[in-house]
Amino acid sequence: MSNWIKVCQLDEIPPAQARTVKAGDVMIAVFRLTGDRVKAVENRCPHKHGPLAEGIISGDDILCPLHNWRIHLEDGQVAAPDKGCVKTYPTKIENGVVFLDF
Amino acid sequence: MNDKKKLVMIGNGMAGVRAIEEILKANPDMFDITIFGAERYPNYNRIMLSPVLAGDTTVEDIILNEEQWYTDNHITLHLGKRIKEIQRGYKQVIAEDGTKAKYDNLIIATGSNPFIIPIPGHDKEGVMAFRDIDDCDAMVEAAKKYKKAAVIGGGLLGLEAAKGLLNLGMEATVIHDQATLMNMQLDSIAGDMLRADLEKQGMLFKTSTLTTEVLGEKRVTGLKFKDGSNLDCDLLIMAVGIRPNMALAKDCGLFCNRGIVVNDYMQTVTDSSIYTVGECAEHRGIAYGLVAPLFEQAKVLAHMITGQGLKAYEGSVVSTKLKISGVDVFSAGDFMGTPGVDMIELMDKVGGVYKKIILEDDKIKGLVMFGDTADGPTFFQWMQDGKDVSEQRSTMLFSASGLGDSGHSGIDLAAEMADDTVVCGCNGVTKKDVVDSIVKGGLTTRKEITACTKAAGSCGGCAGLVDQLLASTLGTAFVESEHDPICACTDLNHEQVKEQIKTKKLTLVREIMSVLGWKGEGCQVCRPAINYYIGMMWPEDSQDDRSSRIANEKMHANIQKDGTFSVIPRIYGGETTPDELMKIATVAKKYNVPTVKITGGQRIDLLGVKKEDLAPMWKDLGMNCGYAYGKALRTVKTCVGSNWCRFGTQDSTSLGIHLEKELDRIWFPAKVKLAVSGCPRNCAEATIKDVGIVGVEGGWEISTGGNGGVHVVATELLCIVHTTQEVEEITKAYLQHYRETGRHNERSAPWQKRVGLESIKAIVVDDLNNRKALVARLHLYVAQQDTDPWAERVADAEKGYQQFSEYKQIVIPIEVELS
Repeated sequence: MSNWIKVCQLDEIPPAQARTVKAGDVMIAVFRLTGDRVKAVENRCPHKHGPLAEGIISGDDILCPLHNWRIHLEDGQVAAPDKGCVKTYPTKIENGVVFLDF
Repeated sequence: MNDKKKLVMIGNGMAGVRAIEEILKANPDMFDITIFGAERYPNYNRIMLSPVLAGDTTVEDIILNEEQWYTDNHITLHLGKRIKEIQRGYKQVIAEDGTKAKYDNLIIATGSNPFIIPIPGHDKEGVMAFRDIDDCDAMVEAAKKYKKAAVIGGGLLGLEAAKGLLNLGMEATVIHDQATLMNMQLDSIAGDMLRADLEKQGMLFKTSTLTTEVLGEKRVTGLKFKDGSNLDCDLLIMAVGIRPNMALAKDCGLFCNRGIVVNDYMQTVTDSSIYTVGECAEHRGIAYGLVAPLFEQAKVLAHMITGQGLKAYEGSVVSTKLKISGVDVFSAGDFMGTPGVDMIELMDKVGGVYKKIILEDDKIKGLVMFGDTADGPTFFQWMQDGKDVSEQRSTMLFSASGLGDSGHSGIDLAAEMADDTVVCGCNGVTKKDVVDSIVKGGLTTRKEITACTKAAGSCGGCAGLVDQLLASTLGTAFVESEHDPICACTDLNHEQVKEQIKTKKLTLVREIMSVLGWKGEGCQVCRPAINYYIGMMWPEDSQDDRSSRIANEKMHANIQKDGTFSVIPRIYGGETTPDELMKIATVAKKYNVPTVKITGGQRIDLLGVKKEDLAPMWKDLGMNCGYAYGKALRTVKTCVGSNWCRFGTQDSTSLGIHLEKELDRIWFPAKVKLAVSGCPRNCAEATIKDVGIVGVEGGWEISTGGNGGVHVVATELLCIVHTTQEVEEITKAYLQHYRETGRHNERSAPWQKRVGLESIKAIVVDDLNNRKALVARLHLYVAQQDTDPWAERVADAEKGYQQFSEYKQIVIPIEVELS
């Protein structure tokens, strides 16, 4: 069952950048990609737990700021040669408001 | 019904299987593949047979493709089945045991056969070649029973065979028909050095000797030579060369010359459905015997057979880089030279190093290197590029480049290293990882290796070593070219991108990527580079693109391993006051800073600061941002100078403080560190900085391009001046010249090496007008950087982070269940 929770206005995330969202004990990175698409993953790189929200967005990937691991935001999979994955959260935008599904 | 095309390959060796790998890479579903191999082993690395014979490695270790690989890729593998006939009319091949296979496309990859000299007695027992695993096994067996071995052929293979036999406890004599060992690769001096080295290891030689007969009843007992003398032996290895194996091709009417003749797409000229690759193929008159060209051929073949488009093979220029019994040898081009030819030589008989370069009009025509081959690949590249080496010729034999770890030590570290030695300390990549990626992954450039293994992907300190591993693994030179593209997102290099930004007056990162045809949306390499170039070239008309800043430069704080940040305020020239120290201490206490550290750059680092605390902390500090995280001026290190020091000749502290204030807030291609020492004792360690200034009686020495990091580089003297005004002006001109011509992420040391100290001197010291123009451009830029980034963010924070929202997290008041 979906559990859509309002996060923020889309405008509160600068284009091609991210915001960190704290929900309970979990830190989530919410990215605003080209074409005003929004993706959300746990803000914790599977490698050395780098804060993904501070990384550079490259297309639909995020590059971890600590050691440049490349993580695909769609499915949370880490790009080779590294291995791993991060938890992803479904997102939607309605009337300029960003929602996350928990 | 299966509609895949049928692909049959005869031969299961390195070149052929590489072609299959390339085909699978290009189109995994196009063919049903069947491979026939005459040997009973899956594809193995033939180059590594000598270490197997020498007992340094095992057969299992040199297998490149396990049988599982064939299964995984749905390849039908027939081992130990020799094809006896190709029936081109029926489009099928028949093996000796009657197995038949139909094909739509056929690849002949039958390699070559060892050449046995047809002298009387060559078919006696105990006479053999050294070509495959079975030969290897036979030699090991023979060594158990017999004691005296002879090897005919003083080329690479012969010497390796003899070395292996020595290791197996046999006496080994090499018989060579020429005076010089390895005369195809070495001149007489290098050949003699090699001989002396091998003699020390116990090898015996008979050079300039022709063998006329193999003696013995059933088994070989000795050799008879042309000069009438004899040699006793009970094992004879013939290692006089290879001949392309083209019997099958000839029998079915394919045109053969020295090998099976192919066009530039590796198709046989007779039948376009049949391809050939490897040692059996003759391309434009040459049948190659080295791995690298064969791998290139394999790529072209795969391109053509899968209909990917036109990629032609145009032949290869080859160099030889070898290691024979622990001795490194490199040669390329016309290394013999003719009498009176222009050449430079370096000879160290005791140290066992010899280098010779043949030049024509200051361009390299050929080279031989013995003992120290570290620069071989670089010289080879220069030779191919037709580079004018008039500036390098006086020093190049000492070191071409100072490139990488090995450039310093002058020995080829790469080949010496054990497999488990860590090559890339940043990412924990071992030599074996790198070599595997080259051999099994088929990689041929450092960029590919970095993408695949991460080696040389972080600090880059091991880049030279990775290049050497490439060269020593493939046996041919591969050197990153100066003109490589910035990254995989574009085909353009730094200079081309800068040129476009300038001529088209492009001021937005996104605009540049779309105008210049970027693939994708850029990455952490190209976007920060473009952002820097725009800001440097159009200071008045551009805006910093924060989405193209790496975390540190975006946050104006240094991200640490746990995701917290460190805060380092400017302490100009490293000189502080009790009030300032108390302020720092108060702030550290208030925000529970877990670690306070004095840095190497004479300032104070507050570590472990939470992102939310950054702005409030900066506000409380009320000090300027120290840029300790960015490609900017870090510190100006100073000694106490003449104000206090009894040896001090100049007031270094005041000058250092002044320079740091003048150069604050400037982005550079890479980080920049300065130091000012008050006297030649140089307590501020100015000679390993980007700009080092040392006070002398009546003036200052300015030296530049130093680095104390991965590779220690001492500065080179730029000039000596009398006044601090001149120091300031020349330092500014130098740094602006670096800003304008440096590549993003290129420190001043490699930049200075690249553009040359003399040209820098001419521009920033000798040409007064140009110097002033450089300084004026720097001042124009500085005028735009009028606010401290911390102050700017503190002001924004008080308005609720309107502009810099990345500092403030959004809190959703719910409990989330962790899955």
